[in-house]
Amino acid sequence: MSTNNDNQKLLALDETGDNAIEAKETEGLSQGRIVFRKFLRHKGAMISIVVFALVAIFAFSAQGVGPIPGWWIYSHTASGPVTNPGGSPTWSFSNFFSLGEHPFGQDEIGRDNFARVMKGTQISIIVMLIIGGVSLVIGTLVGALAGYYRGWLDSALMRVTDGFIILPVIVVGSILGKLVGGSNGPMLGLVLGGILWTGLARLVRGDFMSLREREFVDSARVAGAGDFRIMFKHMLPNAMGVIIVNTTLLMSQAIVLEASLSYLGFGIQAPGISLGQLISEYQTSFATRPWLFWWPGLFIIIIALCVNFIGDGLRDAFDPRMKTIPSWRKMKKAERMTQKEAK
Amino acid sequence: MTRFILRRLLSTALVLLVVTFVLYMLLNVALDFFWDLRSSTSPNIAALYESRRRLLDLDTPAIVRYFKWLAGVGGCVVGQCDFGIAWKSGQEVTSQLQGAIANTVKLITASTLVAIVLGIAVGMVSAIRQYSGFDYFITFVSFLLYSLPVFWVAVLLKQYGAIDINNFINDPTVTSWVPIIIVCLAMGLFWMGALGGGGKRRLITFVAASVITFATIYYILASGWMQQPSIGIIGVIVIGAGAAVVMTFLSTGLKNKRVLYATLTMAVIGALLYMPLQYLFYYQDMSWLWMLGLLIVTVLVAIGVGFAFRGPDPWDTVRTTFFTGLIIAVLIFADRVLQGWTEYSEDPAINNRPIATIGASAPNIDGDFWITNLDTFTHLLLPSIALILISFASYTRYTRGSMLEVMGQDYIRTARAKGLNERTVVMRHALRNALLPLASIIPVDIITMIGGAVITETIFGWNGMGKLFIDSMRQSELDPIMAYILITGLLAIIANLVADFLYAVLDPRIRVNA
Repeated sequence: MSTNNDNQKLLALDETGDNAIEAKETEGLSQGRIVFRKFLRHKGAMISIVVFALVAIFAFSAQGVGPIPGWWIYSHTASGPVTNPGGSPTWSFSNFFSLGEHPFGQDEIGRDNFARVMKGTQISIIVMLIIGGVSLVIGTLVGALAGYYRGWLDSALMRVTDGFIILPVIVVGSILGKLVGGSNGPMLGLVLGGILWTGLARLVRGDFMSLREREFVDSARVAGAGDFRIMFKHMLPNAMGVIIVNTTLLMSQAIVLEASLSYLGFGIQAPGISLGQLISEYQTSFATRPWLFWWPGLFIIIIALCVNFIGDGLRDAFDPRMKTIPSWRKMKKAERMTQKEAK
Repeated sequence: MTRFILRRLLSTALVLLVVTFVLYMLLNVALDFFWDLRSSTSPNIAALYESRRRLLDLDTPAIVRYFKWLAGVGGCVVGQCDFGIAWKSGQEVTSQLQGAIANTVKLITASTLVAIVLGIAVGMVSAIRQYSGFDYFITFVSFLLYSLPVFWVAVLLKQYGAIDINNFINDPTVTSWVPIIIVCLAMGLFWMGALGGGGKRRLITFVAASVITFATIYYILASGWMQQPSIGIIGVIVIGAGAAVVMTFLSTGLKNKRVLYATLTMAVIGALLYMPLQYLFYYQDMSWLWMLGLLIVTVLVAIGVGFAFRGPDPWDTVRTTFFTGLIIAVLIFADRVLQGWTEYSEDPAINNRPIATIGASAPNIDGDFWITNLDTFTHLLLPSIALILISFASYTRYTRGSMLEVMGQDYIRTARAKGLNERTVVMRHALRNALLPLASIIPVDIITMIGGAVITETIFGWNGMGKLFIDSMRQSELDPIMAYILITGLLAIIANLVADFLYAVLDPRIRVNA
């Protein structure tokens, strides 16, 4: 078994054997399985998925969702007595590791920072998902219609897209945020999703333009399929890679956009709460209470970084030209094996 | 081509017109023109409402007001701009715009230039060393930079980049050597990864880079360079000669002695002209016009030297001397600017805290050309770093991606097969083609940067377009917001057009037919 394995690695070194080994690995697998396997092999993406899941589970379970209470005793609004001087974090490493009452510290009126950061993370994730979902639907629909029908519909839809692209998203975002913002996170997400779809629409349009010339589209049409059936049953699955990858990357943009808008005062406002809003509220206390500033920022970075890496992993997985390169150590090992055999 | 450009211009201009209309209507709903009167307890509140209503002409329907505004803006065509007024401060928008546009342009130009140069260099090296530790590190860093919220970084920059450095300048005591040593080792690792090579060469690079970094930091700390930064004639000679060698290495390789001598001649000319230039700077009041003139002289000298050494490929020599000349010119300029450091720091308006955290220039600073420039640079420093961090990441990713694509092409294999060395293959055959798609990305990226500048300007109190926009949003001043939207939109149209045009000019495979 092991010699067989090593032989495969040897083949991987050889350029002519490259395709053979890949064919062997993917033998009898559907496209979906191949992509999924490739994705599982992307270490960065796997670590990111685990970290992101942990963050999400923590944030949602600690503060609870809607009427369901969470396990953390403090709520993000209740103020209480300040435990440590200035409200500094209570966790310590003095005897083993103890969290204390307020592991992330407290603010000047004694609100628990952990509860606030968890609630903020929760809202930010919800907003991010809503933005992603809305952009996904609008972008795919616009791109599919424009790419499939071409002609006047295409130029009309593309002019609309141009209208959104012409200004920086933060500018249009501030105006719309001022309109609907306040403490309503989901509403903000809906509106921001309405401006972030443009990039996706352009890519889907490009994909659909080339897909509609393919034979399977013709054969579907000959078989009597209607336009919508062809578009969503036959062509859409072929464009899935582009859509999934770009929606993921768009979501990492979305979380930073939401935070920026909330920071500027046009997104989520107190008493509403989000990670950007927390930083905005606490930025002046950086010198005196740095923990109020560090934690929300850290969570924005963790979430955005994870989503970025997941998107990168998906892109690699969907890219058919992408070959799995054996690691440096495996290559060395294979080299040693060749030398041994040559002796 | 002309027809294509005209058609594009017309259709996008129409789009912009529709966008301004829609946003005008939206803003009319979103903005609260009476926000400052809401909590007022004044007895004549009704009259105040009434006068505000008349001031902003709120009784006419929004659509009519939009066309009135459009007519005012349309006056620009005949030289009579009327962007309206910012009602809260009573200022005319045209006068607000003047300083703001200049400030934003300053900020964006500085950051874009640095980001492009750094991004391309790092992206290229990262692509050449694909799947190495260095590549993974750069990939991670660029993702990290993508994920950083600007406003969060800005607060950190203010604390560690300005306040702490200023404290250090006033009280230069090193409390711990550990971070310095960590920085040295990190630099060693960075250069080791970037330069690559076999085991022995890696070790040498690592040790050399660490030691050089340590020596530089030690010199800076021991000689009090932070308190009195200067380059001096020695610095100009050393860095100039270094630039000559590096430029030669990058463009033709050190084996080409003719080009090496040409660039070294440039360095010598720079060193010889150092003293005469100091006299010129002393006796003559400088201005940007003078600087431009001196720059043209530099370019002419560089071309002259290049042709004097000529060789079989004269344009190679000229190109190399040209870039070397530019570096030396910038060096001498920077040296003269830094000479004003002490005077600048001790100015009561600066009060020995030279690195600014807020504003585009210090109030009440009076000085000559050099002092005002130094003032601008110290203010530019932090906001540009904040902007560069983000744009650097995207340029690195783009360059890496397009470089990898090119390196897999057949003509690269051909170039290698005919025995060209790796430097020529990478710099001549790969990099030039890899930069093609960048030509169409840079203008678009500048638009993104204008968006990023909205946040950066607000945090650093940089009086540019972005800050004008945010301030007006907060004050519910409609006219400045519309002016911002119009100007940014026009910039975007021009940028996109330039992108298309550049691409068509640079890439002969693209044919534009209207």
